[in-house]
This record gives sequence, C-alpha cells and structure tokens, in this order.
Amino acid sequence: MLDQKVSTLIKERPYLLDFFTAMAITVPRDQTSLKEFLTSISTTHLTEFSLDHQSLTEQCLDFLKQMETFSLQPQSSITEVTIKAGRDKNGDLEPSDVVLKVGEVVAVVGPTGSGKSRLLADIECLAQKDTPSGRQVLLDGEVPDEKKRLSGDQQLVAQLSQNMNFVMDLSVGAFVRMHAESRLVSDIDSRIHQIFCTAVELAGEPFTLETPVTALSGGQSRALMIADVACLSASPIVLIDEIENAGVDRRRALELLIKEEKMVLMATHDPLLALSADRRLVIGNGGIQAILATDREERRILSELVEIDKRLAGMRDLIRKGNRLSS
Amino acid sequence: MSDLEKTSVRLITVAGPPSCGKTSVILRTVEPMIARGLKIGVVKFDCLTSEDHHRYSDAGIPVKKGLAGGLCPDHFFIANIEQALEWGKKSGFDLLTIESAGLCNRCSPHIRTVLAVCVVDQLSGVHTPRKIGPMLKSADVVVLTKGDIVSQAEREVFAFRVRQVNARAAVLPVNGLTGQGNLLLQKHFQNAPAISSLKDFKLRFTMPAALCSYCLGETRIGPDCQIGNVKTMDFS
Repeated sequence: MLDQKVSTLIKERPYLLDFFTAMAITVPRDQTSLKEFLTSISTTHLTEFSLDHQSLTEQCLDFLKQMETFSLQPQSSITEVTIKAGRDKNGDLEPSDVVLKVGEVVAVVGPTGSGKSRLLADIECLAQKDTPSGRQVLLDGEVPDEKKRLSGDQQLVAQLSQNMNFVMDLSVGAFVRMHAESRLVSDIDSRIHQIFCTAVELAGEPFTLETPVTALSGGQSRALMIADVACLSASPIVLIDEIENAGVDRRRALELLIKEEKMVLMATHDPLLALSADRRLVIGNGGIQAILATDREERRILSELVEIDKRLAGMRDLIRKGNRLSS
Repeated sequence: MSDLEKTSVRLITVAGPPSCGKTSVILRTVEPMIARGLKIGVVKFDCLTSEDHHRYSDAGIPVKKGLAGGLCPDHFFIANIEQALEWGKKSGFDLLTIESAGLCNRCSPHIRTVLAVCVVDQLSGVHTPRKIGPMLKSADVVVLTKGDIVSQAEREVFAFRVRQVNARAAVLPVNGLTGQGNLLLQKHFQNAPAISSLKDFKLRFTMPAALCSYCLGETRIGPDCQIGNVKTMDFS
C-alpha cells in the first residue's frame, strides 16, 4: 500500500482525500508514492495535530483498513433477527421467541412505561442474557461475536421518530450526498436521485434538491428521513416511533421499507398502522405479554380504515387549498 | 492500612467538549454497576466553576472536584492525577472515573494503558469529530450522545467521521437521559486496566506548548509584552 502512487490510491478510494483534507494537507496529483508523500509532510505541521510521521502512517493505514472492511459489508447482510424469550418484571417467561425477517412489519403496542424502550434497547445492544430482561438476540440464528458487539461497529437499529430533526445547514442534495459518501456507495448520483424522488412522492408537497433541509416542512423532513433510511442506512432494522398523521403517506412509507428489505418495528397505537403490520407485540410489565397476528376480520377492518384515511386525506387537501368541505 | 484500602483501581479518563453530556453518561453507566455492588468514585476536573459534582453526590457517588482556576487545566490535571489515584485506592474503589471538561480542544487527558473515553455530542454537527483533535483521536472508546433528536442520516455520517479520525476506537451511542446504550459502555468500564501507580506512565499526547508572557498573567496587548513562545499569523 505504501509504495502505491497517492493519485491512484485516491482515485480508487476517494475517502482518503477526506482523511488528509481534515488535517489541512494538500495531496499531490503526480507520481509520488504514499510513503514519499507521508514523509514529505513537515514535522511542524504534524505537531499541530499531535502526530509524528510514524503515528500518521499508522493512522492512515488503520483508516484504509477500516474503510476496506466497511465497504465490503453489504448494505444489510443480516436477514433474520431472533429475540429469545426473556422475563417480565415479575419473572414470568415471555410467551415465545420473536423472529424478525426482512420485509416484515411488526407493531409494538403497550402504554408508556410498559417496556417498549427496554425491548428496543435489548435489540440495539444485542443483549446476551445480560440485560434485566434476560433476553438474547441472535443474528441469522447465531450468537453475535462479543468483540464486534463491544466495538459498536454493527448498529442494528435505524430510528425514525417524531423528535428527530436535521441539524445540518445543507441543501437536500448535498445532505443526501454526504450520507451516501459516508456509506461508500459507488453510484452516488443515481442514489441521490432515487432518494429525492421517493421522498417527494411520500411527502405529497414538492420540494427541490436545492431546498435547505432545515427549511423542509414537518411532513417533508419525515419523508426525506424515511426515503434516506430505506435506501441508504446500514442498519437492517428500522424502528418507527409514531409517525405523525400529517404530510406523509404512511402506508407508502411502509411499502417502501419492505421493498428495500428492512425489518420494520413500529411503535404505534394508530389502528391503520397497527393493522398494516403482520403481527403485533403486546408489551406490558416489562415483557412481551402476547404476540397477535393480524387476523382475517382485522384485515377487513383495515381495508375500511384505508378508505376512511383516503377520505380524510382528501378533506385535508381541500382545506389546505382554501376550499369548503360543505358543497 | 484500613481493610477497605485497595492496591489498585480500574482507572478511566473521560473527556469531551463542555456540555456534551459527560456527567450524564457517567452517571447512567455507573449507577447499574453500583447497584451490582461495585464501589465507584469520580474526580471532576474543570476550569472555573463546576456544579456537576452535586449531581454525583446527589446520586450517592463519592466525588472530588478540582478547579484549575488560573492554571492551564491540563497541567493542573496531570499534576493531580497521582493523588487522585491514591484517593481512589484509599477509599477502596473498584473503579475511579476521572472526568475532565472544558479543556481546550488541543488537549487530551488520556494516559497510555489507562482506559480513555471521549464523549461527543451529535447535535454539535458533523464537522465536530475533525475539530476535537487529540482527546478523540487517542481515545479507546468514543461515546456519541444526543442521538435521539438527530436524523438517522446525520448519526451515520457522524459515526463515520469519528472513525475517520480514530479507526481503532469502539464507537457507542449512549443516551445520557435514559441511559439507553450504556450496557456496552459498562462492559468497557469493567474491563478497564487496574492501575496501582501512575509513576512513569505517559500521556498519550503532548501538552500544548506554552510559556509565553500571557501564561504568566500578562493582559496588555502589543509586541513589547509578548515574551517567550509566540507564533504569529501571516496576513500578507
């Protein structure tokens, strides 16, 4: 690696440029090898970053190695997550293990304080019978590697919640580009286009690639977050925490996440969403109390709810446009 | 030697920019450990004022506060760290956490072979990991806080940027309010090397070059008042 030309390395690994830019070092475009280039950087400059030539070389190689393993990992290689039954606050065993598969939607229901966050935390930290619930999480049927678990490299859960905001001052296009770059995807432009089109479709109200993310409406931001998580996030599980009613086509959002092979966990008490799920986990007293599959009668009710939702959406649109609902 | 005195203590340095959530992260992480019967103490180093030690004593955690005042906080920190360890041993702690805040981004309190934790706030923007410098670059564990109110995309970019400056560290999101994510950090704390003496231990990074007249209390401006290690910018 050290003997290769810097210019070639950068062409193959654009993220390397970022590594040096962060230290205000200009990278040569000529025939210089990485080793020559690293030694050519002045000691005074390195001292400002508390580095010397040896530690810089080590750090550079470490970084390249890590990025290599990072880019070799497919978008989400995990297709199944098993949550082995634990115990609730009374020590009673949960009814059964829960297996989440890609393309599946599972609702999580229960009042505040019932143990929903605890369940999510167990999944996030890949619990190995070492949390208060005693649950164990298996990835594709296997116990995850403890060293990998401690490194935090594998973030299993991507979150979408009402409380989330964009804090960056960037345009929609630049924002998605930055995320795509950090995910090391190869076809950045087509990915930006895909996410943008999906987000606009979900939002209903159009915006452009030049719109600053902080200027998006609530519905538009939510739509962009959903499209981005579906198409770019590294995490196989998506947790949706009560997406609000206004501004986003929630059923379409779910369809999108399923299509992108996510496992969707949804904390919701909205009947339309809860019945859209394949199953719902009833949480109480710190544990899963029951697992209800959506039955035939509920599916019939769901189609009624879809009609009601459409009517409501239509009325909302009329009001937005300044019309009367009375004819 | 009293019966509770110990010959070594698991030592942890926790650093991070002001208000990034260090105290909350430490509290949420050590509380379950204390509940399991571990004895844990905290030393809080700060520059001018700090009220955080009340939060520790309110939680029943033994705490000592050190204010650098007019001194460079890092020099103050390193001059007191051995005494802190002695206090930890004498008090019979299993674990001693050294929290240092408000030190300038140029600095890092991390010591070789002592578990080094850096706390960063994800609300502070995705450029932060590059700006923080040595205390992030040389950490073993990087804790990311306040992620619950930032979009998933920004969290992923943030974690990526952290890895860009420190490819070796474990990167763990922890919610300082609910404690979510603290289990893995607890495991790092529990595996921290036990230290019996810091004699001949070395800092992971050098202290900032100092010793100009301003370090010695000069307040007047002008070349006549600048004596010592002075660096000037090029405005041409």
